[in-house]
Amino acid sequence: MSQPTATHARPVSPHLTVYRWRPTMAMSIAHRITGIALYFGMLLVVAWLVAAASGPAWFERADWLLGSWFGILVLVGFTWALFHHLFGGVRHYIWDTGVGMGKETSTRLAWLTLAASLVSTALTWAIYVIWF
Amino acid sequence: MKAMRTPLRTVRGLGAAHEGTGHFWITRISGVALIPLSLFAVGLAFSLIGRNHAEVLAVLGRPVVAVPLILFVVIGAEHMRLGIQESIMDYIHGDLLKVVVLMLNTAFCLLLAAAAVFSLLLIAFGA
Repeated sequence: MSQPTATHARPVSPHLTVYRWRPTMAMSIAHRITGIALYFGMLLVVAWLVAAASGPAWFERADWLLGSWFGILVLVGFTWALFHHLFGGVRHYIWDTGVGMGKETSTRLAWLTLAASLVSTALTWAIYVIWF
Repeated sequence: MKAMRTPLRTVRGLGAAHEGTGHFWITRISGVALIPLSLFAVGLAFSLIGRNHAEVLAVLGRPVVAVPLILFVVIGAEHMRLGIQESIMDYIHGDLLKVVVLMLNTAFCLLLAAAAVFSLLLIAFGA
């Protein structure tokens, strides 16, 4: 018996790449990415606590690292990731009640999540820079 | 629709898999708790910038700081474990690798929570 020969490429299930980019898609992916970032960010928080508990020498090292330009950059990113994930979570809570899932509203909520996270991050650091 | 379940089954809400919506629900519940707790942690972190070691220890050792911080790390660790577990199950398809990475995820989160709680207790009880 001869094997059937494929004369045409088999149709494949459409994946993410076939869809036009929407704000809701971007914010959904951003929610997961910021979640993963916070996962590793928590390592920094805990490392800092362990350093503080381990004595002044370790605390100095952690302080130096976090106070460096690279440390500040990471902390700004951390702050944004936290706010974005927090507001993204609130968006999910709104959806959990069954509202806000329409085309226009969900897109508006997606933009709102991004705007709120950026404003909160800027505001937090601005307050710090101005007051301290 | 007439419920086919017994009232006890409905109350437990576990369904046929005996697990039900636990993952979803605990993610949501822990997320709610993490809103005030993470904002507290951010505020605390900013208030501690530039303080020396002794000052930081004095602040971290206070019950009003240590207790919410312990809750933040413990509830945060569980929220992290659940969230990353979902990502691992989405992206890793090999059975053996998946189980190993899921174990590492649990180990990582437990380790973070234990390290943070132990450190905070050490600070609070003045080592």
